Amino acid sequence: MTALVEARGLGWRHASRVDPALENISLRLERGEKVLLTGRSGAGKSTLLAALAGLLGDEEDGDQTGTLTIDGTVGMVLQDPDSQVIASRVGDDVAFGCENLRIPREEIWPRVRRALDLVGLDLPLDHPTRHLSGGQKQRLALAGVIAMGADLILLDEPTANLDPVGQREVVEAVTAVAAETDATLFVVEHRPQLWVPLMDRFLHLDEDGLHESTAAGLPAPPVLPAARGVAPGTPPLVSARDLQTIWGPPRTLDLPQGASTVITGPNGAGKSTLALTLAGLLDPVGGELTYAEELRQGLRKSPHAWSSRQLAQRVGYVFQDPEHQFVARTVAEEMAVSGGPQERIDELLHRLRLTHLAEANPFTLSGGEKRRLSVATALVNAPALLVLDEPTFGQDPTTFVELVGMVRELTDRGVTVASITHDELYAHALGDHLVEVR
Amino acid sequence: MNLLAGINPVTRILALILLTTPLLLSVDIVSAAVALGFTLLAAPLCGVSWGRLLRRGWPILMAAPLAAVPMALYGRPEGETYLHFLLIHVTDNSLQLAAAIFVRVLAVGLPVVVLSADVDPTDLGDGLAQVLRLPARFVLGAVAATRLVTLFRDDLDSMRRARRARGIADQGRIRHFLTLAFGLLVLSLRRGTKLATAMEARGFNRVAEHGRTWARESTLSGRDGVVMSVCLVASVAAIGIAVAVGSFRFLGVA
Repeated sequence: MTALVEARGLGWRHASRVDPALENISLRLERGEKVLLTGRSGAGKSTLLAALAGLLGDEEDGDQTGTLTIDGTVGMVLQDPDSQVIASRVGDDVAFGCENLRIPREEIWPRVRRALDLVGLDLPLDHPTRHLSGGQKQRLALAGVIAMGADLILLDEPTANLDPVGQREVVEAVTAVAAETDATLFVVEHRPQLWVPLMDRFLHLDEDGLHESTAAGLPAPPVLPAARGVAPGTPPLVSARDLQTIWGPPRTLDLPQGASTVITGPNGAGKSTLALTLAGLLDPVGGELTYAEELRQGLRKSPHAWSSRQLAQRVGYVFQDPEHQFVARTVAEEMAVSGGPQERIDELLHRLRLTHLAEANPFTLSGGEKRRLSVATALVNAPALLVLDEPTFGQDPTTFVELVGMVRELTDRGVTVASITHDELYAHALGDHLVEVR
Repeated sequence: MNLLAGINPVTRILALILLTTPLLLSVDIVSAAVALGFTLLAAPLCGVSWGRLLRRGWPILMAAPLAAVPMALYGRPEGETYLHFLLIHVTDNSLQLAAAIFVRVLAVGLPVVVLSADVDPTDLGDGLAQVLRLPARFVLGAVAATRLVTLFRDDLDSMRRARRARGIADQGRIRHFLTLAFGLLVLSLRRGTKLATAMEARGFNRVAEHGRTWARESTLSGRDGVVMSVCLVASVAAIGIAVAVGSFRFLGVA
């Protein structure tokens, strides 16, 4: 039997770049193989996936070298759950790929039902896709690929943006698919541990090319010092008493001064709403929110009535999607917009390894660079309180470890930090004070 | 009650064309009033109660006087003069034209409100591609894009808060609005690109070469024909009555 995928000396250079994103890759995938690919960010994992999925484009987009033959149908599940929902109804979304493959109508609907069954989405076909959770959206995309009858299923960090429940759902669904079909799985993950039991072949991609590896050779999860707890008698910098936000029940909690508070809880419990309210960005509906004098620095009014300038000098906020906070054309301008002395800007850029990107457009940075820039902009004004909303979503282990180290440095200097996270490792390292939101 | 439930969305578009195009031939109050009367009577039968018509149609209710007032002030002077001040000349003729324009904006605009209610973008896309044979890639792209509109609101809220958090929301309103608009544009383009990638990843790139099948069939039935006929009869009747009572004015002249 011929191989499903045969790549020889495959390379790709984007038209706008000098260096190739991928060079001299040789890869043979057999039918039914379950392959896990790891590799540092920027090693070309995404480019390899795009090549396998046939998404690299034509001569205008870049130059391909070598050969790639695929003897079958390919389908891909992407990282971001929100951006891959295509139709407004569940059934239509799964049917989309079948239609594109010119599968006759009578055959499409049985395929759709079977695929939804397989991924465990027990929903009516006309269920609105906008009501799905992240894990459900990923499973929906998987169902769409299965319904196409894909021989090769590519999964590009399918769990990176999900909470632990969603991650388990997706892994279970992929396991079921692997058992029921003879499709070849090709999974790219920064956190490979979840996938190990399912896989029978491990590949590693780095600057020298593609190597065979083993489960034992996988990068271990980073080892981080545990959180320190909060010394008894530490006064709160922010305290909320029966604070009623626009979403969720009234909540009572403290953010202890100079410590790192970690806020956890399931999706949709209102964690972001709570964090925005604590940070003076959303008006509270009722209850009490008190800032200590160290944070108010002379201001008397409630933080929600402060001017934008006054707030920014006291509270820094790192949004879940860094792109929401970019307003300038270059990284340097982005930093200058927030104000703050030039030495501090230079120091932050240096500390976060962004100096060489000072003239780059913020939107063209990689995921990790965007995250570092969004943290840097929030720190320009040396706020006494820093709030981070899912700072490690979709980040590779290097950026992850860096972020944790930075937050620790901040608390060492007396800054109070509060983070929303789903990540157990992050909570383990930075949960001096834990708040669970339901 | 909704007589339009289950008809092909394409029928709604064709019916709209049949109902309003003849009204563009004349600027008189009679034909517009007849057509408007028809729309008002038909609306509750089409699932749009008068209250809902008012709520959904307020931009048109605002536009009508805005269109009529200049006509009253500056319309071609004829007949008795009521007011004359600089360029302003309110006469019999200009008032008549103003009234005709007022009713006409409503007569053309409100059917849009009635016929566009409750249209599902997916069904509309199916109809456009299968009934009107518009290119599949164009139609499907447009339908998928409508889903992104709801995400824009969330984006905008987050961007507003991000600007406040960064200390730049105090700047002038116009400048604030411009940076928001630009940011939203960039984000929309990026979301669009990601969505396009997701679509290509499911075989959409092959559609241009060899076409595709449709999981949901979209056809016209007898009911669709009835709806279109009724709309055509209404507009022809409106013009006919205007001609009969002698108020028909081709494009508003003579």
